[in-house]
Amino acid sequence: MANKSVLFKVKRQATPTSEPYWEEFELAWRPGLNVISLFMDIAENPVTREGKPTTPINYDSNCLEEVCGSCAMLINGKARMACSALVDNLEQPLTIEPFSKFPVIRDLQVDRSVLFENLKAIKAWIPIDGTYALGEGPRVLPQVQEQAYELSTCMSCCCCMEACPQFNESTGFVGAATIAQARLFNMHPTGKVLKDERLKALMGDGGIQECAYAQNCVEICPKDIPLTKSISDVGGDVMKKAILDFFRT
Amino acid sequence: MAAATPRIIIVGGGLAGLSAAIKVAELGAHVDLFSIVPVKRSHSVCAQGGINSAKNLKGEGDSSWAHFDDTVFGGDFLANQLPVKQMCEMGPGIIDLLDRMGVPFNRTAEGLLDFRRFGGTLFHRTAFAGATTGQQMLYALDEQVRRFEAEGKVKKYEYWEFLSAVIDPQRVCRGICAMDLRSMEVVTFPAAAVIMATGGVGAIFGKSTNSVVCTGSSQGALYQQGVAYANGEMIQVHPTCIPGEDKLRLMSESARGEGGRVWVPKDPNETRPGKQVPEEDRWYFLEDWYPKYGNLVPRDIATRAIHKVVHDHGLGVQGMPMVYLDLSHIDRATLDRKLGGILDIYEKFVGDDPHEVPMKIFPGMHYTMGGLWVDNDQMTNITGLYAIGECDYSIHGANRLGANSLLSCIYAGFIAGPHSVNYAQNLAAAPANVAHSFEDEKKRQMEANTRLLSNQGTENPFKLWRELGAVMSANVTVTRYNEKLQETDVKLVELLQRYRNVNLSDKSMWSNQSFMFTRQLYNMLQLARVMTQGALLRDESRGSHYKPEFPDRDDANFLKTTKAFFAPDADEPRFEWEPVDTSLIPPRPRRYDSK
Repeated sequence: MANKSVLFKVKRQATPTSEPYWEEFELAWRPGLNVISLFMDIAENPVTREGKPTTPINYDSNCLEEVCGSCAMLINGKARMACSALVDNLEQPLTIEPFSKFPVIRDLQVDRSVLFENLKAIKAWIPIDGTYALGEGPRVLPQVQEQAYELSTCMSCCCCMEACPQFNESTGFVGAATIAQARLFNMHPTGKVLKDERLKALMGDGGIQECAYAQNCVEICPKDIPLTKSISDVGGDVMKKAILDFFRT
Repeated sequence: MAAATPRIIIVGGGLAGLSAAIKVAELGAHVDLFSIVPVKRSHSVCAQGGINSAKNLKGEGDSSWAHFDDTVFGGDFLANQLPVKQMCEMGPGIIDLLDRMGVPFNRTAEGLLDFRRFGGTLFHRTAFAGATTGQQMLYALDEQVRRFEAEGKVKKYEYWEFLSAVIDPQRVCRGICAMDLRSMEVVTFPAAAVIMATGGVGAIFGKSTNSVVCTGSSQGALYQQGVAYANGEMIQVHPTCIPGEDKLRLMSESARGEGGRVWVPKDPNETRPGKQVPEEDRWYFLEDWYPKYGNLVPRDIATRAIHKVVHDHGLGVQGMPMVYLDLSHIDRATLDRKLGGILDIYEKFVGDDPHEVPMKIFPGMHYTMGGLWVDNDQMTNITGLYAIGECDYSIHGANRLGANSLLSCIYAGFIAGPHSVNYAQNLAAAPANVAHSFEDEKKRQMEANTRLLSNQGTENPFKLWRELGAVMSANVTVTRYNEKLQETDVKLVELLQRYRNVNLSDKSMWSNQSFMFTRQLYNMLQLARVMTQGALLRDESRGSHYKPEFPDRDDANFLKTTKAFFAPDADEPRFEWEPVDTSLIPPRPRRYDSK
């Protein structure tokens, strides 16, 4: 087809407090376009479909190969990474919006620092004694490594949180990513020393109990991380701890 | 004794920056960590294949000396040897530490670390976590830094961009000037020492395997402030990339380390899909030309071989500038266990399944061997200013071996961290008039902002960038001709001229990304001249730097580090050459084609 074009509209917002608005764009099609390359084209020639001059679209991005977790947004209503969103696989006109459950900074940029705060709260690290020479790490069987690796590929994109019906202001739910990280560190031969503290952080309001098993998280995760399995595993541990704590008091 | 807790500023939160942060915090100093992106999203996540260290767990008799020799030889003897030797000796300890931090390295049946082959060595020396080793290592360091952050020992400034160093009249670095990428506020920060860990310069070549933030802008800014930039002409072009509209995506060397084979159909008019071309009609040119190393020759060698096959022999796949990288002969389970992450990338972005069909790849700009000049303690020629990781020039010489970059990042962080604390503890009090240096620097940066915002020209900065990338990729990568390099410098001067006529379509002062990009572009253009002129002046071929007019290495004239200094009045680089330390391994011819 000659003169094929790509039609898309972007929900824009100048500042965190200003009103959002939509802009439509039309660009010449070429093979291999992804959503990021559309934005790059706009930056070179910032004009809307109606020919009105506008400004380049603001969005977070970095690696462009789906490992850094930066360019998450809603594309045709679905939470996903813009770099791996190939135009030819998407229905047009494309609808591109910022995540709806995180504060907008500008256009498609949102503030996802809540996840990093959650990771602090659950002590998502191995508490090593120090970085000086203390010999080799613990032996780990390949099967255990494979399980850990799968969880460790989480790139903090927050797609699972955006897609979760329970992730909202009224529940204060931590979301699947944080729970899966708790499982990762609880599995580690050294990391498990903080297991009780991690489980405690996941108890109570906003904790793991808020999960209503909608399973959207595992559907949407761009890295296919076993999120529901992690929630049920950690949920079991939390339950056990609650019962033990009950009898200890 | 100096003041109780010295403050150290670290700019950049990739592997090098985080390594330094951990050491500094552990030693009791305070870290202010600046990054354009949340540090967990730094470019180090893109490193795929692994990290080298001579753990010798495969009964091959590997040693730190063999690693040292491979690294120096692979870099064509341009690296000062002492830091390389130290790095190789620290390698096994660094792997153990990462293992203790929980990096999920692949394991053998006995539960020990597994190692694979990589380019430029005959040993299994590369530890790996699937095919996302950089991501896994960055996460482990990020977690340790988060722990220090929770304890109040590290303060992160994410979404902040470094603009310049604050240097006092005695040429001592006293802090930095940075910009909040949201409020666009310009602020100066004092520090006892500053460590730069700002990575590579891929954006100067337009499309590369680098991340969006790898513009080299910080290095360009510092060079214009008087910091020496060394071996700028040494740019690594990775042989196996996936060409894309927005970037070139890396296809890791580990694909070849695990048995991947590079080939083209013998017949330039071959029309059958790759999988259907029978063995006898395929040319495995790397195995043919380099029988001992085969597909695992160093990157500069593989890249030139691919260019030769495509451009000189006219054998690109289906007439296109592409060759096959084939894994389809290896069983699916092995591929998934060892290379899963990168095969997913290929399938997601190209649409073909590399378990089933050979991948189509071509060389692309990948790594910056050159960088800010540093001494053996990682300090630049400005006192109190350090540089570590890809943004410094040490270790890799004229060509980096695969899986040495992750090691060099951590090594440099582990050197600069303790050294900067020691320096800070012995630092005399700043002169009374240092406040002026801060005020002057802030004023200079704010004036630059005002100038840019009030410009009423006609040039679009993104179009200028495309032109920069096109000319640099064409003339300052794989094959270099002096005439073309001269033309490139003329073009760069033209682009700098046109930059003065730039007009921003977005003049707002809230999270204005195109404004920041335009600021970076100026520093990129200045640094591009360093690379181009450095290449022009080096009339020899060494490692990644290849001139058909001067095909041999010329140790008599060019076994020297190129050092570029900015000459403000001329607005261009001025060059000096420094002898290379070859005290441990005498230079010998670099050949990989013996049997």
